[in-house]
Amino acid sequence: MGDVLVFAEHQEGHFPKTTLVAVGAGLELARKQGGACVGVVAGARADELAGELAAYGLGKVVVLDHPALTGRLADAYAQALAWTVSRLGAETLLATATAAGKDLMPRVAARMGAPMAADVIAFNDDASVVRPMYAGSALATVELQGKPRVITVRATAFEAAKPVASAAPVEKLTPEFDAAALKMRLVGFNATKSDRPQLTEASIVVSGGRGLKSAENFKEVLEPLVDELGAAMGASRAAVDAGFVPNDLQVGQTGKVVAPALYVAVGISGAIQHLAGMKDSKVIVAVNKDEEAPIFSVADYGLVADLFKAVPEMTTEVKKLKHA
Amino acid sequence: MKVLVTVKRVPDPATTIRVLPDGSGIATDNVKWVINPFDEIALEEALRIKEKLGGGEVVLVAVGEPSWQEQLRTGLAMGADRAILIRAAAALDTLAIARVLAKVVNDEKPDLVITGKQAIDDDSNQVGQMLAEMLGWPQATFASKVEISGTECTVVREADGGLETVAFPLPAVITADLRLNEPRYASLPGIMKARKKELKEIAVESLGADLAPKVKLRTLTPPAKRQAGRKVASVEELVGLLHSEAKVI
Ligand SMILES: Cc1cc2nc3c(=O)[nH]c(=O)nc-3n(C[C@H](O)[C@H](O)[C@H](O)COP(=O)(O)OP(=O)(O)OC[C@H]3O[C@@H](n4cnc5c(N)ncnc54)[C@H](O)[C@@H]3O)c2cc1C
Repeated sequence: MGDVLVFAEHQEGHFPKTTLVAVGAGLELARKQGGACVGVVAGARADELAGELAAYGLGKVVVLDHPALTGRLADAYAQALAWTVSRLGAETLLATATAAGKDLMPRVAARMGAPMAADVIAFNDDASVVRPMYAGSALATVELQGKPRVITVRATAFEAAKPVASAAPVEKLTPEFDAAALKMRLVGFNATKSDRPQLTEASIVVSGGRGLKSAENFKEVLEPLVDELGAAMGASRAAVDAGFVPNDLQVGQTGKVVAPALYVAVGISGAIQHLAGMKDSKVIVAVNKDEEAPIFSVADYGLVADLFKAVPEMTTEVKKLKHA
Repeated sequence: MKVLVTVKRVPDPATTIRVLPDGSGIATDNVKWVINPFDEIALEEALRIKEKLGGGEVVLVAVGEPSWQEQLRTGLAMGADRAILIRAAAALDTLAIARVLAKVVNDEKPDLVITGKQAIDDDSNQVGQMLAEMLGWPQATFASKVEISGTECTVVREADGGLETVAFPLPAVITADLRLNEPRYASLPGIMKARKKELKEIAVESLGADLAPKVKLRTLTPPAKRQAGRKVASVEELVGLLHSEAKVI
């Protein structure tokens, strides 16, 4: 009966904001479908995490208990989640379109023979959904026919769920699947180390592009501003391809999508593929020496200047403001 | 080793996309069509694997209209050995495409399938994962490094917050991310040779896959346009406005 099952992904022992967004979207969809919203947790520390998740207004939280679910590997998780959807009779399986959500959800959909829509930004009342295509140059209204169905949501398009007074019941299930058929092994994880806020969680993002010219300049010119603002750091594809910063800082169509209160684009031209990842930010600032750069067409405040002069000045001005 | 690479025909990423007034699709009159950039990366990886192992075969497969021959020829010119075009008139949904590809895999029996991580038109990012599940094969999405030794494959993947390494025995499906490699250009001799390479066409109906659409595209609309704001004269003015007007710092 219209139930939504939300896959509650966790990283290093906690739920990132993107997971709470999945819960927020799941609750909204369940209200529309006239069903309950159920969270599903698996993997390391799942019991404890289920207790945390139970505070966010869900009808129920399910813990999947199976030794094959320790590392988040797609072949095992696809089987376990498909089993859970069928066991609970859920109408929709939902996750956020993070790298893990994108990796996993299509595989579950295939296992169930279910239709899927990726990166959904809105649920319509008639059960159709809206999703961007062509790097955001078009918004598609899409119908998913038959049940169950699978949806990933865009993290910037829905509100994160908030804790409520009462806790949902937690139920433990042992999914039945063919563990002998599993062939994938997790060898290791090399985390990008940073003391800064996560790109997808920060209220301010400062991104650098090819205009920064080197990894050293990212460090010496951009990072002081990033840290003075308490911001997360992002980058254009050109800056990542050139090896100035790690891959997971890429903002855009084929990187991360962000919508902070303030996005500062430094030495970024504003290609459509980059805009696809940041144009829903509340306030956009562009610093570029080329006044014709397309980034200015989406910027609330544009500064035509040499970044090597302007960025250190900005750092100083922000510092002054804080001590004023 | 036999590697199957999927190819999709998409608008050049530099094209400005315009939605048709009736919402039925995009205007295609000024569109230049290219191989999906991620599929080019997939093909480059397949060619490098073949070169490294000193043998094998790279087979392209596309599910689309006759015009897609153009992109398959480009892939052959880059160095693929032969190509298969599964002719389908209507655009199929991701599930149907994956089912068709699974049929091709069952016929061709490759050791490895490499797809692009997403097609830059629909931005769905689904087909490789769906195919892997249908075949019961391991998958490594968003690959930035692939190593093959015998029948073991190790892949470094772009995951949330870092790089994840997974390993599995072949056969498997890998989806290519941007940093996997830099695709080569087709050389002139490559283009000459490509003309003589096999490009087989098969009608999609003859494969017997379930093509019933489950995802229906109702309409396309252009997104709301963001208004450009104003230019500021100095850093001092900028920071002042961010503080007092926008109130974001
Ligand atoms: C399949 C595909 C996927 C893609 N996905 C993404 C994606 O997810 N994200 C993304 O960002 N891109 C993506 N791109 C790439 C995109 O098309 C652009 O090439 C890229 O965004 C350009 O990065 P950039 O703005 O840093 O570099 P450029 O376009 O080279 O711009 C550099 C800018 O810096 C300015 N500049 C230089 N020196 C200075 C200075 N001293 N002071 C001030 N300004 C200066 C210049 O005026 C210029 O505007 C993708 C492309 C393809 C084909």
